[in-house]
Amino acid sequence: MPILSFLIFLPVLASILVAVLPDSYKSQFRWIALIVTGLQLAGCIWVFTNFDRQSSDIQFLEQQDWITLSLGSLGTVSIDYLIGLDGVSMPMALLTGLVMFIGSISSFEIKQKEKAYFSLYLLLSGSVMGCFLALDFFLFYLFFEFMLLPMYFLIGLWGGPRREYASLKFFIYTLFGSIFILIVMIGLYFSVIDPYETAIHAGFIDVKSQMTPEIFGQIQELIKELKIAPEHMVHTFDMRLMTDSGNFLPQSLLSYVSGSTLFSVPARYLAFIFLMIGFAIKLPAVPVHTWLPDAHVEAPTPVSVVLAGILLKIGGYGFIRIAYSIFPDGAENFAVWIAAFGVLSIIYGAYNALAMNDLKKMIAYSSVSHMGFVMLGIASLTSEGINAALYQMFSHGILSSMLFLLVGVLYDRVHDRRIDSYRGLAVKMPVFTAFVAIAFFASLGLPAFSGFIGEFFSLMGAFNSSFLPKIFAVLGAFGIVLGAGYFLWALQKMFFGKFWVREHEELLTDLNFREKIMLTPLAILAFVFGILPHLLFDITSPTISEFMKLWIK
Amino acid sequence: MSLVTLIPLFPLIGFLINGIGFRHVPKSLVGIIGSAAALASFACALSLFIGFSGQPEVTHLFDWITVGKLNISMSFQIDQLSLLMLLIITGVGSLIHIYSVGYMHHDEGFGKFFAFLNLFLFFMLLLVLGSNFVVMFIGWEGVGLCSYLLIGFWNKNSNYGNAARKAFIMNRIGDLGFLLGIFLIINHFGSVEFADVFGKIAEGDYESGDKTLLYITLLLFVGAMGKSAQIPLYTWLPDAMAGPTPVSALIHAATMVTAGIYMIIRANIMYSLSPETLEIVGWVGAATAVLAASIGLFQNDIKKVLAYSTVSQLGYMFMGLGVMAYSSSFFHVMTHAFFKALLFLGAGSVIHAMSDEQDIRFMGGLRKKLPVTFITFLIATIAISGIPPFAGFFSKDEILAHVYEHNKLMWVVALAGSVMTSFYMFRLLFLTFFGEFRGTHEQEHHLHESPITMTLPLMLLAVLSAIGGFFNLPHIFNGHASLAEFMSPLFAHTHSTAHEADASTEIMLMVISVAAALIAAAFAYFLYIIKKSVPAADGQESGLKKVIYNKYYVDELYDKIFVTPITVLSNFFHSVIEFLVIDLIVEGIGKGVKILSGEARLLQNGTTGYYIFAMVISIAVILAWSLRAFLF
Repeated sequence: MPILSFLIFLPVLASILVAVLPDSYKSQFRWIALIVTGLQLAGCIWVFTNFDRQSSDIQFLEQQDWITLSLGSLGTVSIDYLIGLDGVSMPMALLTGLVMFIGSISSFEIKQKEKAYFSLYLLLSGSVMGCFLALDFFLFYLFFEFMLLPMYFLIGLWGGPRREYASLKFFIYTLFGSIFILIVMIGLYFSVIDPYETAIHAGFIDVKSQMTPEIFGQIQELIKELKIAPEHMVHTFDMRLMTDSGNFLPQSLLSYVSGSTLFSVPARYLAFIFLMIGFAIKLPAVPVHTWLPDAHVEAPTPVSVVLAGILLKIGGYGFIRIAYSIFPDGAENFAVWIAAFGVLSIIYGAYNALAMNDLKKMIAYSSVSHMGFVMLGIASLTSEGINAALYQMFSHGILSSMLFLLVGVLYDRVHDRRIDSYRGLAVKMPVFTAFVAIAFFASLGLPAFSGFIGEFFSLMGAFNSSFLPKIFAVLGAFGIVLGAGYFLWALQKMFFGKFWVREHEELLTDLNFREKIMLTPLAILAFVFGILPHLLFDITSPTISEFMKLWIK
Repeated sequence: MSLVTLIPLFPLIGFLINGIGFRHVPKSLVGIIGSAAALASFACALSLFIGFSGQPEVTHLFDWITVGKLNISMSFQIDQLSLLMLLIITGVGSLIHIYSVGYMHHDEGFGKFFAFLNLFLFFMLLLVLGSNFVVMFIGWEGVGLCSYLLIGFWNKNSNYGNAARKAFIMNRIGDLGFLLGIFLIINHFGSVEFADVFGKIAEGDYESGDKTLLYITLLLFVGAMGKSAQIPLYTWLPDAMAGPTPVSALIHAATMVTAGIYMIIRANIMYSLSPETLEIVGWVGAATAVLAASIGLFQNDIKKVLAYSTVSQLGYMFMGLGVMAYSSSFFHVMTHAFFKALLFLGAGSVIHAMSDEQDIRFMGGLRKKLPVTFITFLIATIAISGIPPFAGFFSKDEILAHVYEHNKLMWVVALAGSVMTSFYMFRLLFLTFFGEFRGTHEQEHHLHESPITMTLPLMLLAVLSAIGGFFNLPHIFNGHASLAEFMSPLFAHTHSTAHEADASTEIMLMVISVAAALIAAAFAYFLYIIKKSVPAADGQESGLKKVIYNKYYVDELYDKIFVTPITVLSNFFHSVIEFLVIDLIVEGIGKGVKILSGEARLLQNGTTGYYIFAMVISIAVILAWSLRAFLF
């Protein structure tokens, strides 16, 4: 079986299996989830080691015609099952495997409605993976929407006291954003022609493999001059084709040359803004971030881990894979605005984190702040900045998973996340304290930890960008100082001083074996990716250098 | 593996053994491992120094990061400057490690302490060995982390935790400048390697006063201000005395706090082309020197006095840098490392004997009970006060002479600072070691000289403090200025260096400053020996003295103008913007939809009659619209 399909459908099948198994197997569900996500992780690692680091092409490509509908004079609808990996999706896929696996260990805590929980968890695992692997816009959108369903229930059924409010808020926010994406997707569909299929339909070639650069150029020329009969035109959702301006129908809404406007805004700019809104909600960027603190506070620990560890990354991934790749002109035009929102997220998130008394909320806001660096790095339109944005996403995936697991440790024991309920925990829980200290220092961007690389280079990209004023990098760097402020404040309040707890002192025990098993690899990874950044940069660099050519005229 | 890589490797191994094996490594072994790591590094550094060819050598370890067009390598540079720093760090560091074996013996975190101390050495060595700005920055942040961990070492006391946090955050503010400086360097030179950047400046025709260099040097100096505790980022250092005394000696006196001076000497070619920056550096140094010295006059905590003295002495070093007397500044870095480490370790010995009492108002007459500590402390006091022929005299006078040539007013300020230095140091000495014992009976009973592991480093440092000045004996005393000679290749491409004062001026300046120091010492003798006065109890001070005793209320000022606004703003963002603006809009939209749909729902109420009514009305409207031309 092709490896990438395996990564997506193994958890989906397992999810169905868990759903149909009788309740008498209840105690086995967690093990099924663990083994399946373990296999998924193993598959990701296999792909990671076999990934060709010299190439900027899509690798492990799988393509199947999925839906082909002839609409007569309206042309042909072609939706492909098209998945593959390049330097942008590889780190994200690896992260998905990793976080999902750690999350399934953490899910051992779940003690009610196990069947539904693990079934949904596995479904989520498959659809998130699908999201990062899909290269067909329709397929991507399908996975993107599909993710919402398990997530909604995972927060809404296993969450804290305000879980219904939080899950609904999460759902509606994301759905609202995805409508913008849907609109653009449809617009793109009408604008983009697949030259390969069109060549076959118009009788130039018989199979795709016969395509030569000459015929390709000829077809694009014919598209440009509108010399192909409409019934021979094959519209496509293939994102690889959407990045080539030659594949756009000249008179179509989103073509480079038509100059169409909507509400007196150029249509391509509007489409770019729509996509950015859709993905910014997912990231999340200020001011469309307010679903995040609520969702995090209410979600059970493993769901928080998955949410912060992976789901947010779909936002940043969407920026690069879709919005920036297809609308480089919009990216350039709005660079300052996007960077401004990135900086706003950094600063505003950090300020809010400073004000928090709920540890989990503080970490949620720190996520907002850290994802701001992703936005700033991408907006810089420099190779360093975009590589760093990917790095920052990967690093934040590791660190935020670690942070939410650590909060879970406390919450599981005494059901209290208030910072001022604890003092001097270092005395009673030294190992826990050591992990918290590592996670905090790694998150505040200390060199030798992964967070530093992402923040350093995204700020550097912003500083050296020809599109952005230097003040953005300065303000972003100020966010790092604030970061040190809230992390150290929490560390000191909770862990140093004389030991004191508001209640249930007897329940506070140091980390157990399962918790150490989850936290140790994350701590090691945070360190490894801090001192060996080429592990990821080698993967992302070739793709990003190719990607950067979109802005060279 | 080359010797260069071994230097930071030994402390790293020491850290790993003591850190990972904390609570498992036997206590007797911990100190030996920790100290052996430092000594092994010292041995390597020494053999590198002896075999040094005079040419800078870059050891490339590996390509660290390649992203975009930028390549950052992990590589070490051995040249005059890094060699001298290595010797100071590992030499003084070794002595302090040995001292800590005795000093920290009863502490339950003994293993952790040595692990952190070794980790600090590792990062500090990385800082000075790095052949580019990024490796330096990693070391720079790393020592900040260790400083945080060690200041807050006794973190059960929450004041100590506060001090640690303050140190880290203030340093971070400085690091912000450093970071932006690095970005600007990358932006302008496309590389972070010292050799590339400085090479380009040496070849290129950079005018003095070049704008880019001005910004770079200013930003780097912000970093130096944080790490080397200069105005306005100095208030963390006195608070940092919360850490165990060996930490104060190693990190907050001899090594880490001089990183800023190291950085500027490293980048001297840039600074020499930025006279505006140098002027700022000089005056910031002068202001810090005199301000910190004045606060030191009335402090009663033995370590606080030494802390303000450190801030003040660092000010002298920056003053020297400001007038481009780079090698003189470095000379002072070196002698200061000797005598200030000695003073702190001596203070530690006193604190140890006094059962953790740090207030000099409750000491006195200790010279009989602690003879070794007394003699060594005396030597250090003479050295720091600038009285010949001890180390501080030579290094400080070199700086003063250069300052005099540059700007007479700055020289007056510096002289005032040096008078105060002499006064507060002798005040400290007299109150601690002379007169009658003022502590409790228990303390008096407990008084004892420290064990040999503690006194041996004291004696060795005392020797260095006494003769350290002869490493760079000026020409007027028939010396060879060997240190300046040795360091001169570092300034080969620097277009202009400081003016040399002529011999007669130099002698005149020496006489003035020695006389001033002696008078201040005599005044202290008069006050505290002859008149036997003891500083007033807390809260009894008045007037200017009260203001100074409370450190000019700078901490309170910073609280008002920085900390409070940030807190207020964060609360405002959280409780107003977040809930009353953003979420209100979000939920408003939700409510709006709900209300509208509630209204729309009424349209479908299932009553046939209503539907027919609506149908008739609608048909009528449509008809009227279609026939509007006919009707009207």
